[in-house]
Amino acid sequence: MRGALSQFLASILINSIYAMKNYPVILINTVLSPLSFLILITLASGGSLIGEAVEGSLIMTMFSSGTSLQGDLSHLKNDYHLQDMVVGSPARAGAYVAGMTISELIYSSPALVILSVLFYFYVHVTPLQLATIVAVMLLMFLTSVSIGFLLATVSSDIVESFAYTRLLSTLFSTIPPVYYPITYIPLPWRYLAYLSPTTYASEIAQNAAGLVRQTSTNIDVAWLVLLAVTAVFFYISLTKARWREK
Amino acid sequence: MSSAGELVCDDLTKSYGTKKLALDSVSFTVPTKGIFTLIGRNGAGKSTLTRILATLLEPTSGSARIDGLDVMTDARRLRQKIAVVPQEGRAVAWISPVQTVSTYLLWRGYGYGESRRKALEALSSVGLENQANRLNRTLSGGMKRKVLVAMVLASEADVIFLDEPSTGLDPISRRELWDLLVALGKERFVFLTTHYLEEAEQLSDRIGILEDGRLLSIGTLNELRGEMNYGFSLVLPRENAALAQFVGEKYTRRDGMIQIFTTEDQALALAKRLADERVRFSLNPVTLDDVFNFVIAREKVEGGAR
Repeated sequence: MRGALSQFLASILINSIYAMKNYPVILINTVLSPLSFLILITLASGGSLIGEAVEGSLIMTMFSSGTSLQGDLSHLKNDYHLQDMVVGSPARAGAYVAGMTISELIYSSPALVILSVLFYFYVHVTPLQLATIVAVMLLMFLTSVSIGFLLATVSSDIVESFAYTRLLSTLFSTIPPVYYPITYIPLPWRYLAYLSPTTYASEIAQNAAGLVRQTSTNIDVAWLVLLAVTAVFFYISLTKARWREK
Repeated sequence: MSSAGELVCDDLTKSYGTKKLALDSVSFTVPTKGIFTLIGRNGAGKSTLTRILATLLEPTSGSARIDGLDVMTDARRLRQKIAVVPQEGRAVAWISPVQTVSTYLLWRGYGYGESRRKALEALSSVGLENQANRLNRTLSGGMKRKVLVAMVLASEADVIFLDEPSTGLDPISRRELWDLLVALGKERFVFLTTHYLEEAEQLSDRIGILEDGRLLSIGTLNELRGEMNYGFSLVLPRENAALAQFVGEKYTRRDGMIQIFTTEDQALALAKRLADERVRFSLNPVTLDDVFNFVIAREKVEGGAR
């Protein structure tokens, strides 16, 4: 048990804490992207969409944290061959990956802290509603981590993996209506947004916060889709990932 | 069955898809002590063999055991006693040497405090105590390699895999690395790969020659020298070749010099004659370079006949 905790800690240290300690500018960088969207949407809507924008920023931060895992795992594996050194040691695959996954949340912690403060001031929810929103965020994180882990397994160099990261981030958290209600997208383009799981996450989160009312059927479907997408990507990533190469 | 104290490869084969074999029925046994070096040209299969033995890659067929532990079925137990620095392994740029080594020890299951202490000790033993807290990206190539050596040195592993650790290093850094490897080989088993034959000659207790995935020869340096019919090499200018009456084999080297492989008695007699004629020459026991070229050439002839 102590060994597993040490291995877990090692992944967190190398992929987030040491990076943040040795390069403090990272702390600023991690908050810029979600905050810039938040400020833009808030200003453009004259402040009326600040609640949606804060929730959207949280969803984007959680989703981006997961997709960043793909770039980081790939970078450490292909450019430093660190994963080879770890595989050829007593380290367990689960502890390595779990530590790397949590490191992405720690990396995003400056943004998450600022957004949580804004959420407290601008989105007023009951504990049950808050639990719903947190559950959606965690599901989003798990989905993006699974996608990221899967892509890290297949990507062979840093250029390819960073291209995946940007593509995923744009497809899943910038184009879909994460920062504003889906009704702002005219039909029939609205249906395209439903190809992204982040759309369902936003619907659930916006409904839970009372920002955009949805029918209970819509919310049930959104939960179903979100859980199914998460389960599918999680299953694929588990079956495709290999600790030792074939 | 292998026992403790042996590395055994039994008919080890690796193919990538339908392409040619990266390893072709490699079988050998060496004791797990001292330094064993695998030499061969680029693409010979050195890294593939190393990766299979270090539990990083599955073989297509055959088996391998280290101290009685199978690389496939006993991988978890085997990983307790091995450490590996892959061919293109690099120290992570954004952390320091002490962070690099201590993090590696955490992955091996050490506690935080112990890993920091052992990291500092290991860095001190490779001469990096003053660079322990600098970022790896600011270190020279030689220092970065030493950080990785410190990493495996600090571990409890008694079987160390180092895949071409000196590639790209300047001559002084390479010599410094050699000193570290010799010290490491006195306490643990070092499985080394290189395409620098001088390095293999200087460091190894045993050497294997790999070519096109096939193990052509294996043994101590003297045993490999025994593969050749003659034990001495004499080199002289081409214009003096007529002076060389001998029993042996004669080649014209790329630099235009004549190289003669012959027996010790013939070599000494020839050397005396050349000295009397005031001809410049060099006389040496055959080197690993000579053996390597001989074994590769022999394989070409025999391979062609097959």
